[in-house]
Amino acid sequence: MAHFTLNVNGASHQVDVEPDTPILWVLRDHLNLVGTKYGCGIAQCGACTIHLNGMATRACQLQVSMVGNSEITTIEGLSENGEHPVQQAWLEEDVPQCGYCQTGQIMSAVSLLKNNPHPSDEQIEMGMSGNLCRCGTYTRIKKAIKRASNN
Amino acid sequence: MSTFKTKNSRREFIRNVSLASGGMILSFNWLASCSSSERELKALPKNWFELNGYLKIGDNGLATVMSPNPEIGQNVKTSMPMLVAEELDIDWNNVLVEQAPLNVGLFGNWQIAGGSRSIGNSWVPLRQAGATARKMLLMAAASAWSVPVNELTTSDGIITHKLSGKSDHYGVFAEQASHLEVPEEVELKEIADYKIIGHSKKNVDGKNIVTGKPLFGLDIYKEGMLTAMIVHPPAFGKVLKSFDASSVINMPGIKDVFTINTFNDEEARGWSDVTAFNEQVVIVGESTWQVIKAKKALKVEWKNMSKTIIKQAGWGGNATDVSIPTGLENTIDHNKNLIDYSSLPLQTARKNGNPEKAFKEAAKVLERTYTAPFRAHNTMEPMNFFADVTEERVILSGPVQTPEAAEGSVATRLKMPREKIEVHLSRMGGGFGRRLYGSFVVESALISQHMKAPIKLVYTREDDMTYGTYRPAYSLKYRAAIDKDNNLTAIHVIGGGIPESPLHENRFPAGALDNYLAEKWVIPSNITIGAYRAPRSNFNASAEQSFLDELAETLGKDPLEFRLELLKRAQENPVGERNDYDAKRYAGVLELVKKNAKWGAQDKKNLKRGVAAYYCHQSYVANVVDVRMDGNKPVIDQVFAAVDCGIVVNPDAAINLAEGGTVDGIGTAMYGELSFVDGVPQQDNFDKYRQIRHHEAPNKIYVDFVKSDIAPTGMGEPPYPPVQAALANAIYSASGKRLYHQPFIHELNS
Repeated sequence: MAHFTLNVNGASHQVDVEPDTPILWVLRDHLNLVGTKYGCGIAQCGACTIHLNGMATRACQLQVSMVGNSEITTIEGLSENGEHPVQQAWLEEDVPQCGYCQTGQIMSAVSLLKNNPHPSDEQIEMGMSGNLCRCGTYTRIKKAIKRASNN
Repeated sequence: MSTFKTKNSRREFIRNVSLASGGMILSFNWLASCSSSERELKALPKNWFELNGYLKIGDNGLATVMSPNPEIGQNVKTSMPMLVAEELDIDWNNVLVEQAPLNVGLFGNWQIAGGSRSIGNSWVPLRQAGATARKMLLMAAASAWSVPVNELTTSDGIITHKLSGKSDHYGVFAEQASHLEVPEEVELKEIADYKIIGHSKKNVDGKNIVTGKPLFGLDIYKEGMLTAMIVHPPAFGKVLKSFDASSVINMPGIKDVFTINTFNDEEARGWSDVTAFNEQVVIVGESTWQVIKAKKALKVEWKNMSKTIIKQAGWGGNATDVSIPTGLENTIDHNKNLIDYSSLPLQTARKNGNPEKAFKEAAKVLERTYTAPFRAHNTMEPMNFFADVTEERVILSGPVQTPEAAEGSVATRLKMPREKIEVHLSRMGGGFGRRLYGSFVVESALISQHMKAPIKLVYTREDDMTYGTYRPAYSLKYRAAIDKDNNLTAIHVIGGGIPESPLHENRFPAGALDNYLAEKWVIPSNITIGAYRAPRSNFNASAEQSFLDELAETLGKDPLEFRLELLKRAQENPVGERNDYDAKRYAGVLELVKKNAKWGAQDKKNLKRGVAAYYCHQSYVANVVDVRMDGNKPVIDQVFAAVDCGIVVNPDAAINLAEGGTVDGIGTAMYGELSFVDGVPQQDNFDKYRQIRHHEAPNKIYVDFVKSDIAPTGMGEPPYPPVQAALANAIYSASGKRLYHQPFIHELNS
């Protein structure tokens, strides 16, 4: 066990965990932030996507000891109550089916739009190809990203 | 209005006061408005009054509607309450939705997510529940205003007496209504009067989903809860030999290491009690990562399974002994057998006319064999369940498509009466049939019982993929006899699989041909199988509709017109006693897709498209797929889907399901497979098991519905099968290459 001070969603959090614990499990098991999802544990599905200093990062591959003072943003920190334009676009397009992957999709989409506010179809497809959706909502996700891009 | 008897009203509408008690994952959903500022939300009422088990009315006029069935992404948590709200005649914005726990006494035995039946089965009872409550509110208002009840009208949750000018909302009459007898007869609205059914309503959990609220089974946390994982044999055909608990027991956070036997040898297993590995090692610890590390470090030895017989409960209640084959199986052998077994002695499933004679006299025979591999469901949320077992009671909570069956299995295994077991339903991160088989619920209960503590059983992705209830490996051989005048005279189909045949002998084109023969075979296996989104249909459609395409070409006919020609025959003069489809509705979706895709209107040279249609789970879907080839890779420009599912309850959500089924179907046909070497699954995570991704999905999907007054049927499964064949037929059109063996990626690259 080791002690870590983490900067999550703008607040400071203290945790005592093994140094190799992925941030995914620190968020879920220790900080009660369960919007970041477990899907594969090997950075192949994108369900655990968070922002590390604003960059989309797979939380299952990020050990707590590597984080230091970096700013972690999870879906819970993206907006107070779902007001973020990307979340709004998701609601307007009514994207989710089962919904499990969607927080990871949204975190990836926010990062994509930050780097490229007006992506082409191809740029959306490639930028989002690391996020799996088993329900197959890809066409709606694309529509939602375009909607957010236009707002 | 049509009058309906409230059948079994005493039982169905018994006042139920325990519904919301003990619900640890009770979700309380403001219906999705895009933002809270967009609409002023009503405050919660001070008091709720239960009018029947499905709904309660607040003193301020809000209604809470219980959604009885498990939500796996098929959107029933929105569409089922829509049926109640329609007949309650309330403003949808004033409806809250709660997920009901398992309650067989109240909801009957259809709290199940399977077979695309939720909407079809609830079409009458849920509307009755709404209409009954509305009538009780009207009776209370009539009494309060001393006016005849037939002079009252309702609209959007307001009761009005036009003659006196009196008007007030439901909340005013809720308390009095809650004391009234449940009416014996209610009237249901005409379709033309619907304000909610047929009008798109957004997912009631939408906002909770996009803000990451704890909705799913894995999100359940409770004070004092421990995390449990299983270590199961690495290969089908292996069992536990020994394990060394001392290798991990002193690792940080680890509480216990022990074995469980999921099912008792003495008790017959129910249909949903599927497990390949009845004895497993369990590791329990304080947190997930600690248990994952111990799981990797555990020293365990396995041995080959010896002859195993399990007692399986039959549908009639008689248990039979089922022998599980020993041995370590290989995909390379499976693939050979999938081709070879069609020439072995077969079991006849259906025969019309004299197919033998037709083939003997044929001038030409077209014969093709289609195969598909085992597939893992790979729900995005791996299997998991919460259990808190004490000597007095059992609390179970999490994602399962068959809560009633799971409760029964736990009751049998723990020797605990059902009355002492509570089952709460979380939203599910996908189902696709995997969560019909709740052996993980029994495992969680056994682990909690052993630990004397609340636990959450978590499967890693690797556990989930390598310890599944897979889609079987399938084979379909089609033969067509063509006479010297180029007439189709007979079709012969042979369906087999490991360990289940995909054959649907009474489906199209049976009924459209004078001479027809359907035969089947199976090869036993120790690889566990189960229902997989549109069971059997998910392969049947691909094989049958690909064959019909090639047959049309052989006959020199347009593939869409050829199907219509066969359906016309099946409609006007059907062959055989039983044909499990309505030829008129089948043709209806083909006609609609023909119109929408402008089939045949363009220059054929430039058309790289394929068509297919299929009927399953009471709904009809036809697809046209347009592709272009980028080397060996198909780029899917657009897909047209024409659907007949009767009345469309929630149109935009139904479109979403059709889009998703389309994408999933394409992914299945192109990429997915689970292969075995010496019983070991060769794909254990998404780096090896290829699921369709964003850039592989169609650029556009156009969904349209046949306008219908027929009672609604399901949308979860029907859009998934036919697109697989439409894709294969489109790829042929674009590349000249016929595809026979899924996943197509191998044939395209060879």
